Amino acid sequence: MLAEPASVQEVADGLQSVGYLPGESTALVAYLAARLGKPILVEGPAGVGKTELAKALSRYLDRTLIRLQCYEGLDEAKALYEWNYRKQLLAIQATEKTDWDATKGDIFGEEFLLERPLMSAIASPDPVVLLIDEIDKTDQEFEAMLLEVLSEFQISIPELGRVEARTQPIVLLTSNNTRELTEALKRRCLYLWLDYPELDHELAIVKLHSPEISDTLGRRLVEIVSMVRGLDLKKPPSIAESIDWARALLLLGADDIDQQTFNDTMSIIVKHRTDLDIVVERVGAKLGGPLGAGA
Amino acid sequence: MPAPDQAGLAARLLEFGEELRSEGVAVGTSELLDGFAVLSEISWEDPADFREALAATLAKSQEDRRVFELVFERFFFRAAEMAAVREGVREEGGIDPDEVNAELDMETLRQLIAQALHDGDEGRMRDLARLAIAAFGRQGEGSGVIGVDVQRIRRQLGLRSEPQPDLPPEDPRHEGLPRDEIRRFEQILRRELERAQIERTEQLPPARPLNELDRALPSGPLQDLAAVHRVVAQLKRRLKTQGQEARGRKRRAHVDMRKTMRASLEYGGVPLNVKLKPVRPRRPEIFVLCDVSTSVTSASVFFLSVMHALHDSFRKMRSFVFIERISEVTEVFAKERDFRAVSEAIGRDAGVADISGYTDYGRVWREFRDQVEDELHPRATVIVLGDARTNGRDPAAPIFGSITAKAGRTFWLNPEPRLYWNYGDSVIAAYEQYCEAYECWTTRQLEDFVRALTKPLVTGG
Ligand SMILES: Nc1ncnc2c1ncn2[C@@H]1O[C@H](COP(=O)(O)OP(=O)(O)OP(=O)(O)O)[C@@H](O)[C@H]1O
Ligand SMILES: [Mg+2]
Repeated sequence: MLAEPASVQEVADGLQSVGYLPGESTALVAYLAARLGKPILVEGPAGVGKTELAKALSRYLDRTLIRLQCYEGLDEAKALYEWNYRKQLLAIQATEKTDWDATKGDIFGEEFLLERPLMSAIASPDPVVLLIDEIDKTDQEFEAMLLEVLSEFQISIPELGRVEARTQPIVLLTSNNTRELTEALKRRCLYLWLDYPELDHELAIVKLHSPEISDTLGRRLVEIVSMVRGLDLKKPPSIAESIDWARALLLLGADDIDQQTFNDTMSIIVKHRTDLDIVVERVGAKLGGPLGAGA
Repeated sequence: MPAPDQAGLAARLLEFGEELRSEGVAVGTSELLDGFAVLSEISWEDPADFREALAATLAKSQEDRRVFELVFERFFFRAAEMAAVREGVREEGGIDPDEVNAELDMETLRQLIAQALHDGDEGRMRDLARLAIAAFGRQGEGSGVIGVDVQRIRRQLGLRSEPQPDLPPEDPRHEGLPRDEIRRFEQILRRELERAQIERTEQLPPARPLNELDRALPSGPLQDLAAVHRVVAQLKRRLKTQGQEARGRKRRAHVDMRKTMRASLEYGGVPLNVKLKPVRPRRPEIFVLCDVSTSVTSASVFFLSVMHALHDSFRKMRSFVFIERISEVTEVFAKERDFRAVSEAIGRDAGVADISGYTDYGRVWREFRDQVEDELHPRATVIVLGDARTNGRDPAAPIFGSITAKAGRTFWLNPEPRLYWNYGDSVIAAYEQYCEAYECWTTRQLEDFVRALTKPLVTGG
């Protein structure tokens, strides 16, 4: 495990060393979160590296990543802790005692507790990175519970007492903006908006994943992707799609993206039927012959 | 951590929070406390860190973030400038323009700037920006409009991201300059030009208060289509009561628009003049040019409905849409009356007008002039619907001027709030000298415009 980062630059370098190229304010906000012990709320379109940021932080800081993937209907039992009912039953059956009070004490002990991600993060002896992914999929009640956990960093279990955090986790919450989060939760967090990267930044990310790609092809690729993103599609291509596309083009041995290549491979970056039609009309038709002929 | 003036900063931060609140950002005590906390964790030397750290604590949605940006700029920039004006301080650069001036020729300056951009050296960029402005000023090319000057200077300096292979390989321009750095340099130029303007006039440009609607543009919600239609109906009635035209059967030849456009692609995409010219009534009296680029996307529906209404009322009319170049859509409106179908048809076919997705006004004016020159006359009205954002390209205002000179009246409907005019790459001032420009992106504003349009056009039948 690493010591606390001492500067923004250190965080930027650290993230980069584990394969994540932070944007303008990403390293800064991560640094502040570590220093101040505040959670980061990360928002932005799909596939801009929100989840990856948490993973990269855990790699760089050499901390365990604990991930709570949110979904509709997620409740405390799945997020916090649950009693192992089956094991408790077995214990009751196995016991000879008739002193039920004593038995109760036995079966509500730590060995019957099923730790869920939030609990694990708090109880961990070593500091962790806690990723609460897609918090917008849960409801407000869950949010309120989470808020309590995040402000107290302790959980009280009626049968067992209080579990207090011994270390300070770095907490990231991601949201795809499907609903407004409560003011209270936002107030608790530092805010990081991740957007589609600038051309050069995306090119660097693509090259990180496919080092063999040439500058010309890479630039052409990110330019086209950014053009496609401008088209008001149902699902614009994300960074992940750029990366996949680069790989595919390399496999095909393409050294340029002309109309033919584009039409053959565009289903990698655009998935929706209607989106495909738009993209063929607005982008494919324009690429024309070999590179440079149209421009 | 540096704390040169904690108390002073606290007061400033509270004021800043107040300004954010007045613009509707929910800044509370805990946000402000967090603001203080983050500022004690970072060095204030780096302006980007300073801004980002505050943003992370004070602006907690994408929307708030946008407001933050605008208010931050206004607040801290103005605060610094205000202090300078009060104390009569002139900014002292690392390079004194007057000293170096004599020896420094343009080409050396170009090289130095290219190098600084290549190295991403912001301090040096700032110094060199001042030199460039000084050199530019001596040539008397200043237009007085900051956005225009930025672009002129950039062009003079030949800052391009495309490789320039004829330069020696050790020249950073050989490989092309990084786009992000060019953009950053433009921002610095703008800053320095503003600074120079403030020094000259010893006063600040007025604060630009934002309001709800300002922020909704340009990427805000679409105009309510129904509301647009209502005003458009009003517009139609107004225009009809003017008795402009007896309505009658249109007798135009049909042109397969898509085919024509496809064909034009073979000629490098230039819409050719050899297009099948429809049988058109003599001398159109209204020419409409509508920007359908992404920068005005939210306004496009609004604009298209205006065009639609005009087409209903004026038989002698030609209309064009443009992005990087223009495409005539007169026939689309002639063939298709359903608004949705028209929009879709234009959306489809206007793709040809767009190679890069960036408006190229210079090219648009040239192509427009070539296509309509012969038909312009002193009783014709030209209406341009667009945001006058050039993406750093040449505004080519004189060509626009030559068009307006041949027409009777020219109106410009700009979907951006006036507050944004001439900021960033908006060059509306360059065009405003040749036409009447209106802020127009609401129903009320459209009515104002309609009043202006109809009155002087009363020609006795
Ligand atoms: N800054 C970056 N540096 C390196 N790789 C990146 C970066 N940003 C994104 N990626 C790549 O893009 C992929 C998609 O990112 P990720 O899954 O984190 O997106 P997300 O924002 O969590 O998306 P979603 O909203 O769909 O969950 C990652 O697998 C990663 O490989
Ligand atoms: Mg994710």
